Amino acid sequence: MDKINLKKLINAREVSLFIVLILFGIFIQLRNPAFGTPKNINNMLINYSTTMVLAIGMMSVLLIGGIDISIGSILAFAGMVSALVIRDNPDTSVFVAIMIAVIVGGLCGLINGLVIAKGGVPPIIATMGSMNILRGLTYLVANNEWVAAYQINEGFKKFAMSKYLSFGLINNLIFIAFVIALVAYCFLKYTRLGRKIYAVGNNAQAAEISGINISRIKILVYTLMGILAGLSGALWVSLYASAQGDMGMGIEMDVIAACVIGGVSLAGGRGSVVGVLLGAITIAMLGNGLPLIGVSQFSLDAIKGAIIVLTVILNVLLQRQKLKNSLRRREI
Amino acid sequence: MNKETKRVLIAETTFSWKKFFLKWEWFLVLIFIGINIMNSFISPYYLSVSGLLSATSSFLEKAFIVLPMVFILIMGDIDISVGSVVALSAVIMGESYNRLGLPMGLAIIICLLVGALCGFINGFILIKFKELAPMIVTLGTQILYRGIATMILKDQASTGLTSITWFSNLYWGSIFGIPYMLIVFIVFAVIFGYILHKTNFGRYLYAIGSNETAAHFSGVEVDKVRLITFTLTGLFSAVTAVFLASRMGSVRPNIAVGYELEAISMVVLGGISSAGGKGNFIGAIISIFIIGLLRYGLGLINIPSQVMLVVIGSLLILAVLIPQLNLGKYFRRKQGVVKEA
Amino acid sequence: MKKRIFAILLSITVISALLVGCGKDNNKAPASGDQTNNEDNKGNEGSDNELKGKKLAVIVKSAGNPYNARQSSGFKEVVEAVGAEVIVKEPESATAEDQIVMINELVAQKVDAIAIAGNDTDALQPALQEAMNKGIKVLSFDSAVNAQSRAVHVNQAGTELIGQSLMEAILDISGGEGQFAILSATSQATNQNAWIEAMQKVMESDDKYSKLELVDIVYGDDEYQKSVDQTQALLSNYPDLKVICAPTTVGIMAAAKVLEDQGVTASVKLTGLGLPSEMGDYIGDGDDKSTPYMYLWNPIDIGRLTGYTAIALVKGEITGAEGETFVAGDLGDYTIVKAEDGGTEIILGPPFQFNPENIDEWKEVY
Repeated sequence: MDKINLKKLINAREVSLFIVLILFGIFIQLRNPAFGTPKNINNMLINYSTTMVLAIGMMSVLLIGGIDISIGSILAFAGMVSALVIRDNPDTSVFVAIMIAVIVGGLCGLINGLVIAKGGVPPIIATMGSMNILRGLTYLVANNEWVAAYQINEGFKKFAMSKYLSFGLINNLIFIAFVIALVAYCFLKYTRLGRKIYAVGNNAQAAEISGINISRIKILVYTLMGILAGLSGALWVSLYASAQGDMGMGIEMDVIAACVIGGVSLAGGRGSVVGVLLGAITIAMLGNGLPLIGVSQFSLDAIKGAIIVLTVILNVLLQRQKLKNSLRRREI
Repeated sequence: MNKETKRVLIAETTFSWKKFFLKWEWFLVLIFIGINIMNSFISPYYLSVSGLLSATSSFLEKAFIVLPMVFILIMGDIDISVGSVVALSAVIMGESYNRLGLPMGLAIIICLLVGALCGFINGFILIKFKELAPMIVTLGTQILYRGIATMILKDQASTGLTSITWFSNLYWGSIFGIPYMLIVFIVFAVIFGYILHKTNFGRYLYAIGSNETAAHFSGVEVDKVRLITFTLTGLFSAVTAVFLASRMGSVRPNIAVGYELEAISMVVLGGISSAGGKGNFIGAIISIFIIGLLRYGLGLINIPSQVMLVVIGSLLILAVLIPQLNLGKYFRRKQGVVKEA
Repeated sequence: MKKRIFAILLSITVISALLVGCGKDNNKAPASGDQTNNEDNKGNEGSDNELKGKKLAVIVKSAGNPYNARQSSGFKEVVEAVGAEVIVKEPESATAEDQIVMINELVAQKVDAIAIAGNDTDALQPALQEAMNKGIKVLSFDSAVNAQSRAVHVNQAGTELIGQSLMEAILDISGGEGQFAILSATSQATNQNAWIEAMQKVMESDDKYSKLELVDIVYGDDEYQKSVDQTQALLSNYPDLKVICAPTTVGIMAAAKVLEDQGVTASVKLTGLGLPSEMGDYIGDGDDKSTPYMYLWNPIDIGRLTGYTAIALVKGEITGAEGETFVAGDLGDYTIVKAEDGGTEIILGPPFQFNPENIDEWKEVY
């Protein structure tokens, strides 16, 4: 029994990705010892905490076979609204500021979900539309202005730099990212609703016949994505102590890439929280590690693109091998 | 043959005016006319032949990507790497001319080959690894292709292409007042429309889009069709690259960002379902002009681009939402219910 | 049926979003202009009527950037004061393609002058030459287009002067010796590279810089997250680093935040070009502040000088040839000089230093 579990563990995609990450880490470490210092790891995780949060939301969207490319715009819109409220009411508390962003993001996500589930619009089209609309609205609500560091109250700026949520253990942003990951893990694994999400992604027709209300699941998932994007907006503003109209532009590609590297299938139904976290850390290591080993900024994208293409191909090959093995075992 | 099936057959074969006029394409024509009327009211400068022709040129170069993108979406696939293919092939063209000193004609051929190769790679990965969604593969190559372009040129530009008069004329030149590019576009549009609606290849595309497995078993060489279509998409992205370079006279790795989304929007507005298997070529052509002229008209009254983003985004969602309303069908069904009662 | 009702409701939502978008823009124009209205400088109001009915257009680099918005508001204020119509164009993103489309739209509207902050030096040439052939006066500001596609360029400050000021600042802040690094944007508009080149020239020209060592030039792409990554990499790679110079508004902001968060402001200092409103929090003399002082110019004044230059071009007072002079309202007299790229330019003045004494006053302005 134990032996089988071990084998299963080694076969699991997450483990192979983890090993690759460790090797990559060692490689960077050998070229530049500054990489592995707790300080740098901490910085890296803080800077990419938003990517992690977004990737977890994106995973649930991909699980039902959807996609959301409006997250960068939701992030900007929610973050900007929250920053504007802080600018105009300097005594806004951290909690209120975050809740504003979460609610705004959730509403954007809800509209996405309604358009997709009730309006029958394909996800890529619906979110492409809302990506444009929300980006335009971000510029308009902010009147082309940025919210500057001095206009944001100390409490909110300190939030991204302190550790009080975990009682001094780890940085607030990292803490939030991991709590969300943990909640998502339990939600997807142990609740009926979570299993339903997988069911819809695996076989929508079968799920419908077995009595799952598919459009309700879709609305739920896009709303969750919106909530997480809104939260990321608030975290972004806190982390960078300012809000610009173009913040988060193009982040959807990084986030989808993180999911894909983490083994989430775009066809739906397959993917795990652990995999996605590792995928997000891969993106973080590329962004943080490559400049450290003197890779020119200009080669960064080519390397990133090549890694994405290679990992997805490698993933397919591994899956095939696994399938072959299990078939062979069955034959015996 | 019983009566029931006979009636169905008759209903399907006889030409119904009602059905003909309820087509999405007529709705697009109405929008097109509406936009033209609106534009000529809001701006006194709209109805000028030279203005309209130059505006048409400025959105037509992107339209070359729309042609094969129609095929891709009818097949039920998607290609989001086209903008990067434009950038990469344009950069390689510029550098072949500037750094390698090749004649411009040869540089253009290299550009087209690079584009076709990029598309071929997309298609090749897709047919070799069928488990992968086209979205993932082209997302990866989107980053990769532009990354290579950035590696080649860094933060520099490949300039001086304006000095070749004939190259510059590809975009700027005209015959009897009609830009060369418009003529080229019409020729290709006719060819693509013919292929889609009159040849076996076109029928295969629809077949794959509606049911890939069924298409496979009925003898369609799915892999071959897909490979050809993706290669075509790459090739026509390079055609866009040639015209874009001719227009700007200089190229950089960051040109043509976001072209994929614009091209896909035009195709979808044209009534071509991104789920595959449905749609008419002419719809996409009309919608190229709808979006292009709408932007031009709003540009003439200097609508801020922030508002333009909102307008274009709303239009995209509405274009897909409205057919879902399907008011005609709603009425009919309601009557049916009344009769039964 | 339920589905259809929902779809109708959704359509209504989307349409109302659309209307909100359109409605918003009406109250936008006065808001962006009000910063400058209190500066009482409409001295030449109503003095000439020959510009009535003329249309002068300005194309900035991109929408959603306060620096660009200040430039267009300055332009607007000056041109509207003489009774001409102003058209402000802001591309969705900072690309040459978007600007070309806008140039076409302006040509179709038969404007009299186009002032443009180029997103690309050369790529706009065919479009701008087409405009000039139609008799439109073309000038560039902030970021130049090449000499063949403009009458004159309004330069915020001489390139050499900026290089000189930045090098002086580095010399002063570092105490005369040590390592420094440059955090740039990937310069799609050429001014960044020109400034860095000028800095390097200044460094070679004088012996007093010999103890300074430029260890690296990194690129943050004018994206916040990338700039943060690059700054952190600089700190890790060069432990002895004394000064970071960021001649880009986004880069300097990101670098300032990183230095203060990492608590290294006692040993590593920052200078460069930044917006006072964004940098207000980071400028100070103490060891807890990252930036002792930095430079910039007044973007409103660039817009205004561009406006006066456009007016002079339209009136025919100047043609853009070297040696011509004109009066730019209350900004004073300006002379057209030869630019390094072979064309001609007008230089606004030396870059302005923002330090702990004046930052509080300026951070409210721009």
